[in-house]
Amino acid sequence: MSAVADRLYRRRRFGNAAAIGISCVAAGFGLFFLGWILWTLVAKAAGGISLDLFTQMTPPPMQEGGGLANAFFGSAVMCALAIAIGTPLGVAAGTWLSEYGFARKTGTVVRFVNDILLSAPSIVLGLFVYTLIVMQTGGNFSALAGAISLAFIVLPVVVRTTDEMLRLVSVQMREAALSLGVPQWKVIVQVLYRSASAGIITGILLALARISGETAPLLFTAFGNQYWNTDIMRPMASVPVVMYQYAGSPYESWQQLAWAGALVLTAFVLVVSIGARALLLRRKISHD
Amino acid sequence: MTDPHPDLAMTDTPDSPAPRRMATHAREALPQAPVKISTRNLDFHYDQFHALKGINLDIPEKRVTALIGPSGCGKSTLLRVYNRIYALYPKQEARGEVLLDGENILGPKYPMNRLRSKVGMVFQKPVPFPMTIYENIAYAIRHHERLSRRQMDERVEQALGQAALWDEVKDKLDKSALGLSGGQQQRLCIARAVALRPDVLLLDEPTSALDPISTSRIEQLIADLKDDYTIVIVTHNMQQAARVSDYTAFMYLGDLIEHDETHTIFSNPSQQQTEDYITGRFG
Repeated sequence: MSAVADRLYRRRRFGNAAAIGISCVAAGFGLFFLGWILWTLVAKAAGGISLDLFTQMTPPPMQEGGGLANAFFGSAVMCALAIAIGTPLGVAAGTWLSEYGFARKTGTVVRFVNDILLSAPSIVLGLFVYTLIVMQTGGNFSALAGAISLAFIVLPVVVRTTDEMLRLVSVQMREAALSLGVPQWKVIVQVLYRSASAGIITGILLALARISGETAPLLFTAFGNQYWNTDIMRPMASVPVVMYQYAGSPYESWQQLAWAGALVLTAFVLVVSIGARALLLRRKISHD
Repeated sequence: MTDPHPDLAMTDTPDSPAPRRMATHAREALPQAPVKISTRNLDFHYDQFHALKGINLDIPEKRVTALIGPSGCGKSTLLRVYNRIYALYPKQEARGEVLLDGENILGPKYPMNRLRSKVGMVFQKPVPFPMTIYENIAYAIRHHERLSRRQMDERVEQALGQAALWDEVKDKLDKSALGLSGGQQQRLCIARAVALRPDVLLLDEPTSALDPISTSRIEQLIADLKDDYTIVIVTHNMQQAARVSDYTAFMYLGDLIEHDETHTIFSNPSQQQTEDYITGRFG
């Protein structure tokens, strides 16, 4: 009897060790490439990081120096606009899904369609906005069109997180608030949003991280701009598009700028992602 | 003034703390309370499931009525009809009449928000809102009334006082309510409900998630509150029903089996099923 148990136990211990070993190797494999990518980025970009990067405009070909000031500015403007357009729509739609559409067929359909939009290739969204806006305005590329195509990426992410975070709020919380005779919209805005705020803000931050590196939708919409531009009705530079153009160029100074832009972009995305996680974590702890 | 005698044997005289015993002994002298809520031929469906079958039940004013019965008997469902909280869910439907002060609350014209400000509810699990203690109380008052800052302060203090919580929280009104203990949170929920000055308080197993000390505080609170409110309490704990209530309704599988003074139900029930349940033979 005990010999059988021993054998069984030994076999399980072996199986356990094997499974842990394989998991560790897989994790190491992933981390190795992540480390490699980050290392390459830092090594190549380190030389390009300077104050000029943030103060000078993108240089013309064959000219030394210059920076990415107009691209950083353009990215910031278009991302901010995209969040400003996508967030209210997304929160409203997510609220409808969670609070009004949960038990209805339309709710299921909307949720499904939203999931499709969530996984739509971003270049398709770019083309869509190109035909919808750029072509309709006589081929006028603009920062606004760029922001709208980015907003189409923000929208489904925010819808999804708002929906999920609101559904995590307990039924009892809704019933308790409604049982005080407070109308449903007030309960949603004043009680449920407060409960779900950390999660919803996290979703918005993750959407921001996602769009700040998007290139494809901007190629057809914001196009790019060699010069400083603050008019959102005109073409505007952005970091990913400049990277795309400069990294593929034959000029060394342009390649250097592309690397530097990549490093700043990665650092930004990292900070935003970590901020989002920290917010969610802090919220979780204080709830328990 | 009392300790709640948690070990009270329920087959013996059910009422325990002194004031309650007196009340029961003076039963004949207990004035017949006017009917606050009158339930008439109430049927309730969860989609296909017939959860309440032709319930007729009068809830007397400023008395504590306990609803008891095994799980799934419909007692919580009945409670949830009294403030129409069930109406949140599209597949739940109540038919019949529930008259609150003579008006049918199931009628399409009865304003839901007024109903809920008159009929407060406290749930099994304490659910403080993610706000300060002060805001938890003030939140709903603001929706129903316009009060000056000072009036609001007074209302909040009064409500917390009625819920026997004021002394414990008066120095941290601006702290998050999520930091309170479970028992304190439940008293906060009671304060939140009484702050609206309702006529009726519905308590849905208000102590089942609490420790014995918090439970006895809440029970004491119920005894104090019945001077001002009509209270309906759902409980799985029969000693609790015996301790806190004046009237008890026993329900089984969606039917109201028996409804009488608590003393009678626990000492001399007229239905065999009631006796079997109370003595622990089923349920």
